[in-house]
Amino acid sequence: MSFELETATNPEQLRRLAIDPVSRVEGHGKVTILLDDDNHVHQVRLHIVEFRGFERFIQGRPYWEVPVMVQRLCGICPVSHHLAASKAMDMVLGVKLTPTAEKVRRLMHYGQILQSHALHFFHLSSPDLLFGFGSDMAKRNVVGVIAAAPETATKGVLLRKFGQEVIRMTAGKRVHGTGSVPGGVNKSLSTEDREALRKDIYQMVAWSREAVHMIRALFESNLAEYNAFGRFTAQSMGLVRADGAMDLYHGGLRARDASGKTLFDHFDYGRYWDVIAEEVKPWSYMKFPFFKNQGPDDGWYRVGPLTRVANCDFIPTPLADRERQEFLAYDSGSAAGATLGYHWARMIEMLHAAETIKDLLNDDDIVGTDLMAPLGERQERGVGVIEAPRGTLIHHYRVNENDEVFRANLIVSTTHNNQAMNEAIRQVARQYFDGREVTEGLLNHIEVAIRAFDPCLSCATHALGQMPLEVEIVSRDGTPLDRMMRDARGICSRN
Amino acid sequence: MTAPILVFGWGNPGRGDDALGPLFVERIEAMNLPGVECLTDFQLQVEHALDLKERQRVLFVDASVDTATITATRIEASRDTTFTSHAMSPQSVLQTYLDIEKATPPPSWQLAIGAHSFDLGEPLSKLAAHNLDAALAWAVDWLTGK
Repeated sequence: MSFELETATNPEQLRRLAIDPVSRVEGHGKVTILLDDDNHVHQVRLHIVEFRGFERFIQGRPYWEVPVMVQRLCGICPVSHHLAASKAMDMVLGVKLTPTAEKVRRLMHYGQILQSHALHFFHLSSPDLLFGFGSDMAKRNVVGVIAAAPETATKGVLLRKFGQEVIRMTAGKRVHGTGSVPGGVNKSLSTEDREALRKDIYQMVAWSREAVHMIRALFESNLAEYNAFGRFTAQSMGLVRADGAMDLYHGGLRARDASGKTLFDHFDYGRYWDVIAEEVKPWSYMKFPFFKNQGPDDGWYRVGPLTRVANCDFIPTPLADRERQEFLAYDSGSAAGATLGYHWARMIEMLHAAETIKDLLNDDDIVGTDLMAPLGERQERGVGVIEAPRGTLIHHYRVNENDEVFRANLIVSTTHNNQAMNEAIRQVARQYFDGREVTEGLLNHIEVAIRAFDPCLSCATHALGQMPLEVEIVSRDGTPLDRMMRDARGICSRN
Repeated sequence: MTAPILVFGWGNPGRGDDALGPLFVERIEAMNLPGVECLTDFQLQVEHALDLKERQRVLFVDASVDTATITATRIEASRDTTFTSHAMSPQSVLQTYLDIEKATPPPSWQLAIGAHSFDLGEPLSKLAAHNLDAALAWAVDWLTGK
């Protein structure tokens, strides 16, 4: 499959501009832009240049270790992997969770959604949104937000802290929690922890609602740019509940084409391979998933907050559902198709997460004692799918009669969004780079487009994740002409 | 009551030498030193600024590829411009404390422990294990005020 601007017709005659994210364990992702002598864009690619085989690491391990082990994948969203693996092993054991077990897991999951979305919005994206995509780098960072809007930033810190506390109280500890186990949970919420969380949750709901209004105001203040920035049309996929409601913990797969027409609905994710396949491209280690019946050329899609908010029939908490309706109706629905619409949708989901946590804390099952389900009919294959903060997360295992995992396949959210992120940065390159001299501010436009998806290269590459930048411009004969470096602390230098 | 000294080590325990921070914390915690609280996490993040409240001294501990042995440095609050929110520097956490608490953060040091291998599921490298012992020896003196 090849898309416009994916492959230049005469790459040897072009200058190569590389935005090279590297981590403390060396690079695993970069953006390259091929320009001609007049700075016209001919090729744009988001590459993943390093991959560590986590699936192989799991093979041979007993199935009950997997929900804890998979948290080693990533320090950003370990809870999502913990729960997806637990769900897969539930299927292996043939169990149906007790009400307490399912609700404790849901509480853990919505705590993860809350903290992840708060972190992303207040501390990753809001610097761009508040100060402008090409603004002074000295301001365009987390502490810049705190300096400019201390109250907003403090709320962000406290929202994140609250979500982390929900995780700690349900998973058992901050790192490598063990709360969820195949067949259930190993503890419910204590009465003391329930009261501690209940004391603050109403404030968290109020602040989450303010955050939705904040991103809406940002959209309204610059509607034309927000709507146009990195905009492209795409198909979409995500889980929905049996009645069509948003459900980030469990449901069936729903896919829609770019016009909103349903492609499949309530599809049993236990056979996801009947509808999704993956393609490998020689220039990236990250695979390109696509809808099987459409083929790799036409079958790509996007996942995550934007698609979840747009694809569900309703959100089953009142405040978030009202915001969803306003989001979809705003400017005739334009924001729901914008790349930066991810931020608005993300805040609606954060509000939904806060409301859901409130409801769960007010449900007595959350402190129940019936933690483990009775064993059912044992299966060789287990598939667990969850809507992680960044999108659909698939864990697929096969377990032999000795209880050892002999096959594992993980499709993480960032992988689902691979083609979509490539499309977004190609649009941005067209809009902002074409024919212009490259500056740090312009390069940040590329980062802004990638950040909208909140990619986690730790998950996608199974490597540690930090993304400083290295930018190199090379002449036709391969001579380096210019180089821009941003180190792990974000300090920019040029040589 | 909040312990006057905080030891905060971070890293992913499942990735070779990246476990140095959490392992350091585990060993210090086992010593049961009076007035010392130990915390750990995968990465340093904004909410950790709240863990600095009411402390007299703070020691941040992390694996580092920038030192062959161990390096202890007094650090001050400063703004950095990390590209992602996925991790912050300790200096930036101190700055966050200053900004949200409107108060000077507690005196803080960063202990960098030399590391070089971060492979998934691997144990500590020999070099990292040696450096961990050296770091613990240094820290006991620092924590007990010697």
